Amino acid sequence: MALERVFADEPAFVPYVAAGDPSDEASIEYVEALERGGADVVELGLPFSEPIAEGSTIQGAVARALEAGMTPQRYFEFVEELDVDVPLVCMTYYNLVYQYEHPETGESEAVASEATSGETASRGPRAFVERAAEAGIEGFVVVDLPAEEAGPLRAACDDFGCDLVFVIAPTTKGERLGSMREQVSGYVYVQARLGVTGAREDVSDRTEQSLARVADWDVPKAVGFGIKTGAHAERIIAAGADGVIVGSALVDIIAEGHEDGADTVAVADRLEAKARELKEGALTGARRAGAETR
Amino acid sequence: MSTDKTFGDYGGQYVPESLMPAIEELTDAYERYVLDDEDGFMDEFRRRLADFGGRPLPLQHAESLSARYDTAVYLKREDLLHGGAHKLNNALGQVLLAKYMGKERIIAETGAGQHGTATAMAAAHLDMPCEIYMGETDIRRQRPNVFRMRTNGAEVTPVTTGRGTLKEAISETMRDWATTVETTHYVIGSVVGPAPFPAMVRDFQAVISEEAREQAIEKEGRLPDAVLACAGGGSNTMGTFAHFVDDDGAEPRSAGRSSGQRRRDGVDLYAVEAGGSSLSVDEEEGVAPNSASLSTGDEGVLHGARTKLLQDSHGQIMESHSVSAGLDYAGVGPELAHLVDEGRVEAVNVDDDSALAAFHRLSRDEGVIPALETAHAFGYLEEHHDELGDFVVVNVSGRGDKDLETVLEETEKRDLDVAPDISVLRSAAGEEGM
Repeated sequence: MALERVFADEPAFVPYVAAGDPSDEASIEYVEALERGGADVVELGLPFSEPIAEGSTIQGAVARALEAGMTPQRYFEFVEELDVDVPLVCMTYYNLVYQYEHPETGESEAVASEATSGETASRGPRAFVERAAEAGIEGFVVVDLPAEEAGPLRAACDDFGCDLVFVIAPTTKGERLGSMREQVSGYVYVQARLGVTGAREDVSDRTEQSLARVADWDVPKAVGFGIKTGAHAERIIAAGADGVIVGSALVDIIAEGHEDGADTVAVADRLEAKARELKEGALTGARRAGAETR
Repeated sequence: MSTDKTFGDYGGQYVPESLMPAIEELTDAYERYVLDDEDGFMDEFRRRLADFGGRPLPLQHAESLSARYDTAVYLKREDLLHGGAHKLNNALGQVLLAKYMGKERIIAETGAGQHGTATAMAAAHLDMPCEIYMGETDIRRQRPNVFRMRTNGAEVTPVTTGRGTLKEAISETMRDWATTVETTHYVIGSVVGPAPFPAMVRDFQAVISEEAREQAIEKEGRLPDAVLACAGGGSNTMGTFAHFVDDDGAEPRSAGRSSGQRRRDGVDLYAVEAGGSSLSVDEEEGVAPNSASLSTGDEGVLHGARTKLLQDSHGQIMESHSVSAGLDYAGVGPELAHLVDEGRVEAVNVDDDSALAAFHRLSRDEGVIPALETAHAFGYLEEHHDELGDFVVVNVSGRGDKDLETVLEETEKRDLDVAPDISVLRSAAGEEGM
């Protein structure tokens, strides 16, 4: 389990973008720009047609990427084409994992076993993780897969040395925390507020409470949902988080560039600058937390 | 009745983490109030279904159809339920349950608008604030129902993503719920979604078959040979089948049964899906011109459950189609998918044309104007009456007043013998124009 390493020395900045938004070529430039801006891990969305946990910003990203032709097979090629050193986490919804058929091992076995449950070596979580690991993906966040249903994916991650990240919501309590703690690896995604993804003007007061519930977990804690500025990142790291996850504030830049017909380089520069602001904010937050501890 | 989260390979709870605690809370409330009848919940539910809803509802002998098909055809008249469709059984149950749970607000999705209107009525009746999400395509084709919801005091929020139908409305309602879950109950409109919704909605709708089974014995002295219900998400279907599922006859089902060889000792259950304009799919465009997920779908995960779905080879959900908004959905209830796999329920379908003709036939011959959803079941009866035995019960899941605009439009596109001449409308409109 490797993703922990990223959080070891300093607070991590974890950006999210949807792969292929608004085109494969531009999207590759954008991921590389985020790395230049200081990204420590990139959550790379594999677009699903029914993104029930996303607000309008990321719904837009998903729609643009699907419109441009993104598919799971294409996604893995996209990952292989990326020239970045930061670890990549695949963020998606379970039906794409469940339906995935490995292009090489798929054909023959799938037909014979389809009648049973759809989960076989060539199809389903195991095939998906195998292909993802080949392409260079190190971890997964599957938004609509609670710990109770995650057994097959967790087992596949173990077999291929990948991490499985779970989201802790402000409403997650009691026994559910325990079952997620048992299965989580890499980092835990602490959802800062209820609701769907989307940039906000403030930091939720529930962030501290949510962090407190996982304080004694031995995986790093990354906070997401609603984070927009360097000041937000600073406050969240100062509150004890090991990383900040930012999606919508970055996707907004991509969407705006797409609507205005801006060229890819200009949008990439804006993304790089925004990434730098967020990473700097996180570093300042860590200094503040260090000072307060002393 | 079980509280299992799964039905064979189907069901489960595939939802974002923020909803899981609400689903656990709901499971607890369902077990206590519905299954164990704590605090007299079920008594109050039944009392309100009678006083507010108008139950019990008749099982009516359809004289013209019986003569036409030389078979005893009976109509279970859910169209007579307050609101004009079976939907109130579930909406009233869930809004009442939300009250028992101490929730302050109701949200719901709607496709045809029947579930939305039923929820708005139940919320008004029980004094709960209510917001309904509805796709903009459906708002256009179901205007009277939008006005009814507003009249009952509900907010109606248009959903503009995708094709603007039921699938998008469910996704948007789940997003609201993820934000407001601590104070709000999501009244899901069918036997779909994460556990416990499929079982709970079935239990609220099971009153249909509880009555129909007793009425069948009362009227004909025996159980029906076949029971038909249309199937979109499957709530009227499961409600109509629930108390007949165990009446499967003593002998194991034979696979190669055909016309004239049906079993005499069991009740055959037919789920009639919307065949739309064609059963083929356009993978390139991501469109299936039908809503026949039981007949043509593959196993997958959508809106919280593992079930049969219309999806492309990558697992992206297809846009479905049906002339009836209430059947226009890419998924289906997991228990129904399971019963079809088990061979207990037969999944069949009829196309838009057949449903429209059946709409007119039932209206003309029986004086019952059915919902276009319901008309699919009668379309199947017309096409296959000689294979269904001597005693057939069809669920009239809703009345068709909401569909009149659509029927007018769709009838004009077709040459249907059974449709009335409506030139009187055109000439009257012409005079008005002058």
